[in-house]
Amino acid sequence: MSTDDVWILGISMTKFGKAPDKDAVDLASEAAVSALADGGVTMRQMEVLAAGNLTGTGGLGQQLQKQIGQTGIPVYNVANACATGATALRTVIMAVKSEEADYGMAVGVEKLAGAGLLGRPAPKHNEDEWTPAGRFGAVAPLEGRVGTDTLPGVFAQIGLEYDQRYGGADFELFARISEKNHAHSTLNPLATYQKRFSLEEIMNDVMVSYPNTRPMCSANCDGAAAAVVVNGRTLKKLSAEQKARAVKVSASVLTTDPWQEGCQVLPNVNALTRNAAQKAYERSGIGPQDLNLVELHDCFATAELVHYDNLMLCEEGGAVDFFESGAPWRDGRLPVNVSGGLESKGHPVAATGIANIWEVCQHLRGEAGPRQIEHAKVGLAHVIGLGSTCGVHILERAA
Amino acid sequence: MTAQIPLVDYLALDDVPHLVANECVRCGARYFDRRNGCASCEATEFRKVPIDTTGTVRGFTIVAQARPGVAVPFVAATIDCGGTTVRGNLVNVPPDAEHVHVGMKVRLTTTTVGTDGKGTEAVGFGFEPLEGSM
Repeated sequence: MSTDDVWILGISMTKFGKAPDKDAVDLASEAAVSALADGGVTMRQMEVLAAGNLTGTGGLGQQLQKQIGQTGIPVYNVANACATGATALRTVIMAVKSEEADYGMAVGVEKLAGAGLLGRPAPKHNEDEWTPAGRFGAVAPLEGRVGTDTLPGVFAQIGLEYDQRYGGADFELFARISEKNHAHSTLNPLATYQKRFSLEEIMNDVMVSYPNTRPMCSANCDGAAAAVVVNGRTLKKLSAEQKARAVKVSASVLTTDPWQEGCQVLPNVNALTRNAAQKAYERSGIGPQDLNLVELHDCFATAELVHYDNLMLCEEGGAVDFFESGAPWRDGRLPVNVSGGLESKGHPVAATGIANIWEVCQHLRGEAGPRQIEHAKVGLAHVIGLGSTCGVHILERAA
Repeated sequence: MTAQIPLVDYLALDDVPHLVANECVRCGARYFDRRNGCASCEATEFRKVPIDTTGTVRGFTIVAQARPGVAVPFVAATIDCGGTTVRGNLVNVPPDAEHVHVGMKVRLTTTTVGTDGKGTEAVGFGFEPLEGSM
């Protein structure tokens, strides 16, 4: 191992689902303490902490320290929508890579069980006298009058735009993607849902925003995840077991959406993902053909399809064929979302960008139990936060 | 005639109602909101340009669940109007997948939002199928 490499030394995620008796700090503490134990280290060794939590009271990092160790280290409380966890991890990786710290920890947590559509509340408008307000000079709320900002609706349009461009994607195809992820989660004891749905059940479930029915939407849930990062120089001095279980971060990339025509009308989640993937492949010297598994951001079934293409798992325009080939099933050529993905494992927003890394690490370490992808050596984890931010990490098993 | 006000300031209620974009003078990037600068090229000068009133549906969704106060179902869409992407509802068409599809040709039409306490009517917009495109 080279001294300037960065490694995941310890990592954990809590059970995703409903945790009525635990608050965000409880869940974050559970994940952080488990990640430290997994890496065989303690809070005293951490030199930097990055923490993400979008729905709490703010300052999660310090609240966490007050439960598990007030050691006085710098805390970065970060927020980047659904990419918050990946942003926390990336923050720690930058600190370790720059040699400001030998060890660091990233934590993400959310309490979302029972949350609704996550739409923004309607701004107040004066109906006694129409008064233009805001950046569009609107006299009334625009939701439902000029399109939609609801997330199921935004990602539905993104999926159908792909169909308009390349063809072949319809309601049933999107539902089959969801069928795959729900089937995968039956092997994941930490998933929110572990129930297999038939295609008919998925298509006949409550329609949220065509073509996304309820099981095709990410599951709001409670959960936390944490990762301990170390540099290669420090890892060299650790035990044989720690070295064997450490997972190499071969690429860690964060991008935002570059300007393109139409990107301020409907979020363009394609360009920034493609840019992030391209950079990650370049930096790691690993290509999509080398990957053994991928955890990608299936916040909706319609999103998973476009990211096959954006992450270059298939030829440009070939996402439908990629799915039809059976490749992304767990017994296929390139398993995608063997955890169950956001649709079934669940999506506790700020935890997601670390939990997907945890899933990949489980397989690279050969510790994924019944859902182990055999001989997994290289994996990719991807998240998108609308606004937008994309995080891509490529991870490799220790040699 | 009842006084009218557009739902958004980029809707021009002329004889032929149409949308108006802020176009960057340097690079031609188009925006519908109030601008501080150009996200594409960093210039700060814009001119008003009219947008084609006909276009092609790029993507759509039929929103069946929304927050309280928003009437459902409605069809939200992105429309390619002569190379400029616009968002709006598809109107005067049944909100189901048999009647709405990507690639359909549509044209801008106006809608009634409501009348305020002073009798002014707020006028919105949507896109309806061009005849013969069904």
